[in-house]
Amino acid sequence: MSSVLVLGMTIPGLAFFYGGLVRRKNVLSILMQCFIIACVISLQWVLFGYSLAFGPDTGLGIIGSLEWAGLNFVGGQPNADYAATIPHQVFMIFQAMFAIITPALIIGAFAERMKFSAFLIFSVLWATFVYDPLAHWVWGTGGWLRNLGALDFAGGIVVHVSSGVSALTLAMLLGKRCGYEQQPFRPHNLPFTVLGAALLWFGWFGFNAGSALGANELAANAFITTHIAAAAAGLTWALIEWQHHGAPTILGAATGAVAGLVAITPACGFVNPMNAIFIGILVSLFCYIAVVVIKSRLGYDDSLDAFGVHGVGGIWGTLATGLFAEKAVNSAGADGLFFGNPKQFLVQCFLVIVVPLFAAAMTWIIFKVVDALVGMRVEKRDEIVGLDLTQQSESAYTVVE
Amino acid sequence: MKYIVAIIQPHKLEEVKQALEAVEVNLMTVSNVLGQGRQKGYTEIYRGAKEVGGLLRKVRLDIAVNEEFVEPTITAIAKGARTGKGEVGDGKIFVLDLADCVRISSGERGGIAIG
Repeated sequence: MSSVLVLGMTIPGLAFFYGGLVRRKNVLSILMQCFIIACVISLQWVLFGYSLAFGPDTGLGIIGSLEWAGLNFVGGQPNADYAATIPHQVFMIFQAMFAIITPALIIGAFAERMKFSAFLIFSVLWATFVYDPLAHWVWGTGGWLRNLGALDFAGGIVVHVSSGVSALTLAMLLGKRCGYEQQPFRPHNLPFTVLGAALLWFGWFGFNAGSALGANELAANAFITTHIAAAAAGLTWALIEWQHHGAPTILGAATGAVAGLVAITPACGFVNPMNAIFIGILVSLFCYIAVVVIKSRLGYDDSLDAFGVHGVGGIWGTLATGLFAEKAVNSAGADGLFFGNPKQFLVQCFLVIVVPLFAAAMTWIIFKVVDALVGMRVEKRDEIVGLDLTQQSESAYTVVE
Repeated sequence: MKYIVAIIQPHKLEEVKQALEAVEVNLMTVSNVLGQGRQKGYTEIYRGAKEVGGLLRKVRLDIAVNEEFVEPTITAIAKGARTGKGEVGDGKIFVLDLADCVRISSGERGGIAIG
C-alpha cells in the first residue's frame, strides 16, 4: 500500500508539480523524465541497486555487496534486520520507490535545458554512486553513519539533502537558462502544480508513515506529524508572502506545504505533533529566504527550486530531528538536544556536513563524465524551441486541429 | 468596403454582439488577444519573483462591411463596449479600406460576398 502511495509521488505527483512550473514548450520533457526515471531506476534497483544499498556490508560500512543482486536471497521471508514483520520483498519494493523519487527530485534543477540522453546516463550513475551508497551509510546494516547513531526516519538526509545539494551543484555547473533574469519565466499551468503538490502531500503519508513498516503507533505518529508539519508550513509560506509582497499565492502555499513535508521526513517518527508545528513554521521561513532572497543574490538558476525546497528543507529537518527527537515517541530512536542529549544534535550536524560534501563531489564527477560522453546541455537553439519538440518530438498543446 | 478591427474588454463581448446584431451585422471573427494600452497591468508574483505584467487579455473583433454599414457598426461597437465611466481600457476601433472579398463556396467577389 505504502509503496503504491510513494510511486504516486513521482508519477503523477512530482511530474505535475514540476510540469506545471515550466513553460509550455517543456512540459512533456518533465513528464517524460519523471516517467522514464520510474522505469529505469526500478530496473537498476532490482538488478543491483537494492543490493548495493541494503545488501550485506562489504566491511567498512561504505557499500553493500552484490550478494543480493537480481533479488537473490530477497524472498517472502521477512529480513529481521530491516523489517521483521513484513516480507523482505515488500521492504525491497517500498525502498525502490524512494530510489525512484530521489533522482527525480533533481529534475527541478536542470529543467528546461538538459539533454535527454545525458539525463538518462546521469540519473543511473547518480542512483548507483550517490543514492545507493548513501542509503547504505544511513540505513543499511553495518552502514557507518547508522552505526554512528544517525537518525533519518524516512529519508530527510538520504533523499532530500542528497538530491537537493546535487541539484544545486548541477544548476551551477549547467549554467542559467537562456534569457534567465532578462525575460519573465512564468509557470505555464499552476493548476497542474497545485494538483501535483496535493498528490505529493497524499503520497507522503506512504513515504513517512509507511517508513514505520507496519500499521502501528509509530506509523500513526508519523502520519500525524507529517500532516501537521505540511499544514503549518503551507500556511506560514502564504503568510510570509502576504507580508512581504502584499498577496498570498497558491504557488507559495503549495511550495510551503512541500517544504513542510520535506522537513518532517527525517523527524516524523521521532518527534511529537506539537514540535512538528515548529518544524513546519520554521522550514517555510528558511526555504523562503533561500528561494526568494539567497537565490537571486547568488544568481544560480535552480529552475524549480529543487535545492531551495528539498535541500534547505532537508537540512533543517535533519537538524530539527537532532533538536526535537524524543524516546517517548520512538524507543528505537534517541533523545535530541531539547530532551537532554546534545550528542544527537552533533551527530545530525555531522550528517549535514558529510552528506552534502559527498553528494556535491560525486555530482561534480558524474557531470564531468557525462558531459564528456554526450554533452549535458542542449544546443541553444533547441533550448529556445523547447525540449518537448527537440528532445521528445511531441508537443503538449496543439493550437490547430 | 471597409475592414473594421475592434479591440474590446473580454467581458463586453456579449453586449457588443447584441448591439451589432441589432443593426444587422451578424458576421464577424472573434479572437483572444493580449494588449497593452493606457490601462495598467497587474503584477504577478512567482515564488517571490515579480513579473510586472503590462499585457492584459482583450478580445479582438474582425468585421468586413459594405459602406452603408460602416457608421452603424462603429456606433454599435462603441455602445456595447463602453463601460461608461470614462475610464481607460475600453479599447479601440480601427477602420481600414478593404480591397476585395471572396466567398469561397460560390466564388462571388466584392460587396455581395460580404453579407
